[in-house]
Amino acid sequence: MNTLLQIHEPGATPQPHEGDTTLAVGIDLGTTNSVVAISTGAQPEVLRDEDGTALVPSVVAYAPDGSAIVGGLARNLLLDRPESVVGSIKRLMGRGINSVKSLGGTLPFDIDSIGEDGAGMVRLNVAGHKMTPVEISGDILSALKERAEDHLGHAVDRSVITVPAYFDDAARTATKDAARLAGLEVLRLVNEPTAAALAYGLDKGSEGIYAVYDLGGGTFDVSILRMEKGVFQVLATGGDASLGGDDFDHAVAEHFLSERAERLGEKELTAGEVKVALMTARLAKECLSDASDGEWVLDIDGKQSSHALNRDTFDGIVKELVSRTLTIANHVMEDAGTNADDIKGVIMVGGSTRVPLVREKVGILFGKPPLVDINPDEVVAIGAALQAEALTVGSDTLLLDVTPLSLGIETMGGLVEKIIPRNTPIPVAKAQEFTTYQDGQTAMAIHVVQGEREMVESNRSLARFELRGIPPMTAGAAHIRVTFTVDADGLLTVAAAEDTTGIEQEVAVKPSYGLSEEEMADMLYDSMKHAKDDMAERLLAEARVEAGRTLNAINAALAADGELLNEDERTELVVVIDRLSLMIKGDDRDAIGHAAEALEDASRPFAEKRMDRGIRSALRGVGVEDLEDETPSG
Amino acid sequence: MEATLNDTRPDIVPCWSCGGPIDGSAFCDTCKAVQPPGQRDHFSRLGLNVSFDIDPATLDEVYFSMQRKLHPDRFATHSPKEKAYSQQQATAINDAYETLKDPHGRADYMVHLKGTDVLPEGCNLINDQVLLIESMEMREALAESETPADVDIISARATEDIRVCIAQLSKLFANNDIEGACKLTTRLKYLKKLAQEAQAHRAKLI
Repeated sequence: MNTLLQIHEPGATPQPHEGDTTLAVGIDLGTTNSVVAISTGAQPEVLRDEDGTALVPSVVAYAPDGSAIVGGLARNLLLDRPESVVGSIKRLMGRGINSVKSLGGTLPFDIDSIGEDGAGMVRLNVAGHKMTPVEISGDILSALKERAEDHLGHAVDRSVITVPAYFDDAARTATKDAARLAGLEVLRLVNEPTAAALAYGLDKGSEGIYAVYDLGGGTFDVSILRMEKGVFQVLATGGDASLGGDDFDHAVAEHFLSERAERLGEKELTAGEVKVALMTARLAKECLSDASDGEWVLDIDGKQSSHALNRDTFDGIVKELVSRTLTIANHVMEDAGTNADDIKGVIMVGGSTRVPLVREKVGILFGKPPLVDINPDEVVAIGAALQAEALTVGSDTLLLDVTPLSLGIETMGGLVEKIIPRNTPIPVAKAQEFTTYQDGQTAMAIHVVQGEREMVESNRSLARFELRGIPPMTAGAAHIRVTFTVDADGLLTVAAAEDTTGIEQEVAVKPSYGLSEEEMADMLYDSMKHAKDDMAERLLAEARVEAGRTLNAINAALAADGELLNEDERTELVVVIDRLSLMIKGDDRDAIGHAAEALEDASRPFAEKRMDRGIRSALRGVGVEDLEDETPSG
Repeated sequence: MEATLNDTRPDIVPCWSCGGPIDGSAFCDTCKAVQPPGQRDHFSRLGLNVSFDIDPATLDEVYFSMQRKLHPDRFATHSPKEKAYSQQQATAINDAYETLKDPHGRADYMVHLKGTDVLPEGCNLINDQVLLIESMEMREALAESETPADVDIISARATEDIRVCIAQLSKLFANNDIEGACKLTTRLKYLKKLAQEAQAHRAKLI
């Protein structure tokens, strides 16, 4: 507990305890694979299993009793028990089912319900259980947490998790919720390309303007960053949250299935068979990154069909998808106010950048061969681990990120009024004033959307809420200020206030596709053996941090201005300080709270004396040291 | 006492954490706690003198150095209150940086900062016939451009006009001619928009 009494420089973070239980892990929660890494002393390390494998396939198999198996083992079960296995769940994070592609009319997911009015969270049928994407992602995170704990030999409960830069608010919130289910506190959500740039930039000591081209399993991001003296400043970002290697697999599977239909006739596929077809297609794609041709067998419904594919045909199949990424990259360059000549290097991230056509086209677009000398599967997790260390131990590096999508609200006629444009540095807060349009209007509906289009229906609906209790006035007389705040995680809070009356409402945006607080609470209760303890533990930790802060502050004040107190006053105060120090060592959260409050009260007269002297010295324009002749009163 | 009050001196406020006096700095001298950002103009927030002539490199430098100290990443393990204040500080710094970085944003902000009472006539595009006609002509020319080369001519002209406009603004602000600066700020806004539209139009042609 000694560290509580340390006084540190502004902005600096105290060193962690010995034994390092404060360590936070970096997690790349991917569509296809996930990776966990740690960093100590700026030495990042990717955590591997006994076989030296870092990649944990983001695939979960469920047993009839609901227990989960995550990773390679689950993926191997896919062919035998496809109805019990789920992959690519990231594509459903914070989204509706309409964003998932079907194959021959069948989805690779067995959908149980899509919520009321198509909103709300999707539920999947897996091995006879109804599961949300948040729970399934939570199980993947639990497995990664376990890997870290096995490796470190102690509990891990803090993390930095990466998300696609282009993830909207709903998907970010869903990711944070999944972490909560896994018992992981998220110190920060970091954008994947930014994490990759951090890892790459620190490793190579690069300075200048760089592009990160990140084509993962299910998401695509391009970011343009300026790297300078440890600052990683994102100039612009863009992408597509449903474009990735999965779509390549999908295109190849369609090709195989149409060949098969020609030979064996049309047949509707089950969800399980779709998973098998996609897996075969993925193998073909991966082989063709090195080989120039090959042959693959589809084994569905007891009938086998064999399919030959060469690199040229493959390139033709995925050409459209690759050119979509190039269009986006062009827009991002424009947004960043840069052209290809300004960009010193293009960092390639994500397993799908192994596709030779992708490397070739990116090279042409930026006019230079892309940088492929890093492991595209591990660099994001390494960046997350470095950021986790920076957040817990302190660091000289600084990540300055931006909003990927414009935020606005619906106005008359279904138009969007943009309040925070895309590529604005975060954190950011912007306010806009609105007024009533009818006499006596007492409520106002506010509809928050995210996206670049002019019409509401073309954008993503984030949340709707009503500001009530506006006093009846003539139309146009009320002044309603709506403030949007986006924090460093890219998460949005909206507050509305009526100026003349001071009526206020704050809405942490719980998006249309998200889980309600009650649903979250139920899940925490149901699925987590230690959910309750966990919550109590967290509240206790928070109380300790807050009380420690108070203790630090008063001790520092005593050290600086202690002469303002006479002997009795000082003794009185020290008694209260000692009591709080004692309470912090205990486990009674209420007792810590009361002792901290008592200290705040007891130190008030001391604070008043300090203020009094400060103001007097300011008025005279002299330093405090010149006022030493003033003896403390009382 | 009142006679000695100095307007340029920041108000002394108590530190929310230890209760001691703070003279407007972002951190308490005594207990080192981060403070709420308070009301300040964008220039003084970044420790700059109010001037239109800002060196972009200097602006970046002060911006980075302040964010290094105040960004929420530096407070990830601190108490909720410190986290909240650091977020507010970082937000205020971002706002100042974004406004001052862009010449039009900076000019517009300075006009509002200096012309505190009523903004002079002529700041509105509709009130400026010459600018209005010029604007319409350039828009028409842009709409009629059919090749990237046509657009490039318009872009080049807009870029040159922007350069000249910024140079003139610098002089007007130096002479404290706010009314003149206000007119040119409106012109700069239109030129900036034209340049953006030209870029978008060109992208469509390729």
